[in-house]
Amino acid sequence: MGTGRLYTAVAVGGFRRYATYRTATAAGVFTNTVFGLILAYVFMALWDEKPHLGGYDQAQALTYVWLSQALLMAMATMGGGFEDELIERIRTGDIAIDLYRPADLQLWWLSQDAGRAMFHLLGRGVVPLAFGALCFELALPADPLTWIAFLIAVALGMVVSFSLRYLVALSAFWLLDGAGAAQMSMIAGVFCSGMLLPLNVFPGALGEVVRALPWSSLVQGPADVLLGTADPLATYAFQASWAMGLLALGRLIQSVATRRVVVQGG
Amino acid sequence: MGAPQGTYARVRDGVRAYRLIAGMWIRSTMAYRASFVMTTFGNFAATALDFAAVLLMFSRVDRLGGYSLPEVAFLYGISATSFGITDLVVGSMDRLGRRVRDGTLDTLLVRPVPVLAQVAADRFALRRLGRVTQGLLVLAYAIAVLDIDWTPLRLLMIPLMLLCGAAIFAAVFVAGGAFQFVAQDASEVQNSFTYGGTTLLQYPPTVFAKDLVRGATFVLPLAFVNWLPGLYVLGRPYPLDLPTWIAFTPPLIAAGCCALAGVAWRAGLRSYRSTGS
Repeated sequence: MGTGRLYTAVAVGGFRRYATYRTATAAGVFTNTVFGLILAYVFMALWDEKPHLGGYDQAQALTYVWLSQALLMAMATMGGGFEDELIERIRTGDIAIDLYRPADLQLWWLSQDAGRAMFHLLGRGVVPLAFGALCFELALPADPLTWIAFLIAVALGMVVSFSLRYLVALSAFWLLDGAGAAQMSMIAGVFCSGMLLPLNVFPGALGEVVRALPWSSLVQGPADVLLGTADPLATYAFQASWAMGLLALGRLIQSVATRRVVVQGG
Repeated sequence: MGAPQGTYARVRDGVRAYRLIAGMWIRSTMAYRASFVMTTFGNFAATALDFAAVLLMFSRVDRLGGYSLPEVAFLYGISATSFGITDLVVGSMDRLGRRVRDGTLDTLLVRPVPVLAQVAADRFALRRLGRVTQGLLVLAYAIAVLDIDWTPLRLLMIPLMLLCGAAIFAAVFVAGGAFQFVAQDASEVQNSFTYGGTTLLQYPPTVFAKDLVRGATFVLPLAFVNWLPGLYVLGRPYPLDLPTWIAFTPPLIAAGCCALAGVAWRAGLRSYRSTGS
């Protein structure tokens, strides 16, 4: 019970920390809305040309655009979550202090990032989606159960996103400068999550590969659950297996890496 | 603030200061050459993603808003290259808000060098050549495959578009910087107009609603970067029933935008109050 309280407090702290920047949040909502608007028109032109592209009708495609904008920050698709801070702590050696704390390193950062993601889902997600629903004909479900199913997929997607970025951060133990790894991760995240274009529009084998990669849990998976084009349970199973695999890999690398810290003396 | 000086002298001082500061950052970057090569490539790859999206779209359709892939690539290439030039030259402007917040802007104010030159050259990042290279490659591809009767006038339009486009984007960056004096935490609003603007221009105007095109023509004149002069080169009809001669107005529009941005910048700088911390 005590440890549960600790990680809840860390998550609340993560939430509060981002909630402080109100002007920045408003500015970010504005940006997400502008990009949503541009993409919505591009997608309309695309679906005008080829209706039912990727199995979506136009309303579903437009819903996808606004969902991807709403999830962009929550899923940290382009990076910019806890990992920058963790990389900095590894670079400066402050990580040694963290390792002496009576808390699990991975769980600590996971809680903090969950708080951040929750804030971004509410602070940067709701308004762009509402704007999209007001200005365009979207295919949003009326059934509350579908929304709950969607939120579960979002939560699992957040864990996958965290576990990927945790690996990026741990690479700093070897590379010291995490900028390169963060950039590669950003490129993979944008391309393979479905931020650019729904993954089911990707042609042939390329489409099959990107759909099988963990990043598809971030945007494509939750969107398909909300649009009713994927089976929720199959989506969860896919997301959960990537999450568990990547978290376990993170633990393994962490234990190797922290032994390095002890050898170096921090 | 020193003795009053003419506009010419101020601009000359500014350019000289800019060159010195940018040169310093280039030298510091070149101390880590491998890192420079990698980050430039990363910059190239990151910006290539949005053209990858265009290619993916055209793997499924033949036309977008009535435009073929080479035509879209042409619009994309002009927009991405001119934006890339601006990003290289004044791309650090979005850090201004942070400097206002933490008070480090004060250091720049006491130096006998124009503040705009210092802010623009701050952390001059040569790796941003990656974006310019990517834009130029797409543009070269478009020019190579487009079936256009290349008259000298049409050829001349290309460097004209790149220069005027870069100037228009630069005006948006500087005006955005001026806005950050007021709203210190809102650098993302600037991103909507800079990154959002270049994304908008990468697609043909026929894709967008009339009001959006109107806004991009008469309110924030981004349409003069590539749409209006570019459609003349492509021999395409103009949006909003605009006359053909408007294709030749970008230099005037660019000059006007820069003048307005200069006024906004001075107003912003005058309104600056240090954090005092």
